[in-house]
Amino acid sequence: MPVKTQEGAQLLTGGEAVAYAMAQIDPDVFPVYPITPQTPIIQTFAKLASNGKTTTEIVNVESEHSAMSAAVGSAMAGARTMTATSSQGLALMAEVVYIAAGMRAPIVMAVGNRALSAPLNIHCDHSDSMMIRDSGVIQIFAESVQEAYDHAVMATRIAEHPDVMLPVLVCQDGFTLTHSEEPLVLTPDEDVKAFAGKYKVPLPLLDVDEVTTKGIFALQDYYTELRYQMNAAMESAKTVIADVFAEYSQLVDRPFSMLEEYELEGAEKVVFLMGSTAGTIKDVVDELRAEGEKVGLLRLVSYRPFPVEAIRKALAGVKEVIVLDRSDAPGSVPSLHAEMAAALYGSGIDLRAHVFGLGGRELVPAEGRAIFAGEAPTHVALRS
Amino acid sequence: MSRLKRIARNQHGVQPLGGGHALCQGCGAPAIVRTVLSSIETPVIVVNATGCLEVATSRYPITAWNVPWMHTAFENTAAVASGIEAAYKALKRRGTIPGGDKDVTIVAFGGDGGTYDIGLQALSGALERGHRFLYVCYDNGAYMNTGIQRSGATPYGADTTTSPVGSVSLGKLQQRKDLTAIAAAHHIPFVGQSSGARWQDLSSKVERAVAMDGPAFLNVMSNCPLGWGHESRVGLDVMKAAQDSLFWPLYEVVNGEYKLSYRPRKVIPVVDFLKMQRRFAHLFKPGNEALLVAIQEQVESEWRKLLRLCDEPVTELPVVKPTEEAEQAEAPVGAAA
Ligand SMILES: Cc1ncc(C[n+]2csc(CCOP(=O)(O)OP(=O)(O)O)c2C)c(N)n1
Ligand code: SF4
Ligand SMILES: [Mg+2]
Repeated sequence: MPVKTQEGAQLLTGGEAVAYAMAQIDPDVFPVYPITPQTPIIQTFAKLASNGKTTTEIVNVESEHSAMSAAVGSAMAGARTMTATSSQGLALMAEVVYIAAGMRAPIVMAVGNRALSAPLNIHCDHSDSMMIRDSGVIQIFAESVQEAYDHAVMATRIAEHPDVMLPVLVCQDGFTLTHSEEPLVLTPDEDVKAFAGKYKVPLPLLDVDEVTTKGIFALQDYYTELRYQMNAAMESAKTVIADVFAEYSQLVDRPFSMLEEYELEGAEKVVFLMGSTAGTIKDVVDELRAEGEKVGLLRLVSYRPFPVEAIRKALAGVKEVIVLDRSDAPGSVPSLHAEMAAALYGSGIDLRAHVFGLGGRELVPAEGRAIFAGEAPTHVALRS
Repeated sequence: MSRLKRIARNQHGVQPLGGGHALCQGCGAPAIVRTVLSSIETPVIVVNATGCLEVATSRYPITAWNVPWMHTAFENTAAVASGIEAAYKALKRRGTIPGGDKDVTIVAFGGDGGTYDIGLQALSGALERGHRFLYVCYDNGAYMNTGIQRSGATPYGADTTTSPVGSVSLGKLQQRKDLTAIAAAHHIPFVGQSSGARWQDLSSKVERAVAMDGPAFLNVMSNCPLGWGHESRVGLDVMKAAQDSLFWPLYEVVNGEYKLSYRPRKVIPVVDFLKMQRRFAHLFKPGNEALLVAIQEQVESEWRKLLRLCDEPVTELPVVKPTEEAEQAEAPVGAAA
């Protein structure tokens, strides 16, 4: 099937596309440390900077822990700040990811999702994102290069919204998206700049006349209240994301949603997953629909906040949901499985779940068919 | 204007670190912080590592800080400072500094644990990258905030809760690392070693440090009554003894040039410093004389090395007889219970 491209489309990898979006926004500071498959993001950004496309202060730090630490310092100082990482890098950052969220630093981070060691592996799964799932950061997952680019354009608006003020992770599948060229339409520079607007945080550290103490020590008397505010911010983020998506959708004439519904009309069996594998499942859904099967796909875009109400609404009338997690949870069930069990509790909808795609193992259409048919093992990816 | 007057004036009637903090009585840290910050003419932005200084000054909803201050974690203070400096540079270039463009000085404070050990990588990275900021390590020789555990700065022989003295143990049996030398090896414009007991030395070093166009590092001895085991009131005397016994010499390395800052007129034996503190009390028990000799020799050898680096005459040191001293030493002076 020939790829239908929009007018003015060009070929870019996901890594290049996201870096391009970041360069268009032209943040103040970009502290980064290299790791595969994030490298195309920081290399493209550096190249764009070397040709004057951005005047961002790039800080090539000595570790991801320092990248995120410098990002928190920079964001709290009053500078729009972005970074990027993957896998072990995100794991090393984890301590400071929690701190960034707790200090309400609206940092945008591009993530090329990759498996965690051991064994060492450079390919995609979502274990890295899952590791920091409760940190209080927003995580948005793309299916395509175009979508990863668009998310990157929109992310600052979500992160910096006064009702949110949380880091936003723009996630894309390592290699499958970061290193694969796809046709996409870039939004003009002026439109991106106008859309992103100006960075404004309350009481920036650099305003030395407004003395503040940041990163305080709070014990039994206040800790709960301060953490609770992050829940409130995540709740607000649901509205903010919807609004920002709608506004950008108007600008570029492409639809955006925290939850993509694909062939849900009259669907009885629905696969629920995140990321690029949705493309394969969509093909399988098309085949099965042509064979008269009532199947569909619900793709989660906004992993955090988790749009539980919208999920329940989208699945009303469905008989069975098959949850596909691209990460494992030894000793228990992985995140999407557990959260969907909670979301569907009492709904009467049957739930099945599989772990798939660990360490970059691709899910092929035949496996997609087996999943719908109820013939796949729990760990789809374990099949040879 | 005298230095004292200038320091007083720079406080603008407000202590950068105010009263009401919860640091122990007699703790070396707050006086060091005040001396450092009040010696800087520009507005300051302070970054603080987790540790006694941070915990005791920032308990929500109260703060002891009257200057912009930020803490994030234990090991990343130099990296956070890097980020603030990068933000300052970027916004200055773009003309968008919030509240208008002013010269500011970024000062980071970390304890020895947060600097010698867990924060060493972040410090090294920040020094290598050349960010313009001053990093001050207040070195009290152990992880005090978590209950006096040994650190890479804990001196040889010291009793700590993780190198405890026991029937078969004599405390920490490794040398402390020489962080000042490690910082100097980064070829940054200014590295200095100072002491909480020498405010003039500290203040003048800070002035020179912040005038540099690049990173500056200061390693400042900071007494801890609790961890060292001395009475609150004798902290300055203990630190002065560290200088006069050559245990903690004062010097600076400016653009690679070593310069000695203080040469005691009368060098006292190291045991005079050690015996003031409960953490070394066990070294004075009969049978441990050899350890005291080893400590004295180590200090002398380091001192001679430093003199050579500073291009100072390597004169003979007074002959000290630690064994005799040990016999004379009563219970450690002012040792805390
Ligand atoms: C990553 C991490 N590890 C350990 C700790 C626990 N911790 C907090 S403060 C501290 C010791 C601080 O020692 P130092 O830096 O020497 O400062 P001091 O308390 O002596 O002033 C430790 C171990 C922590 N907060 N974070
Ligand atoms: S324990 Fe030591 S370092 Fe900590 S506040 Fe008390 S005296 Fe200061
Ligand atoms: Mg200490």
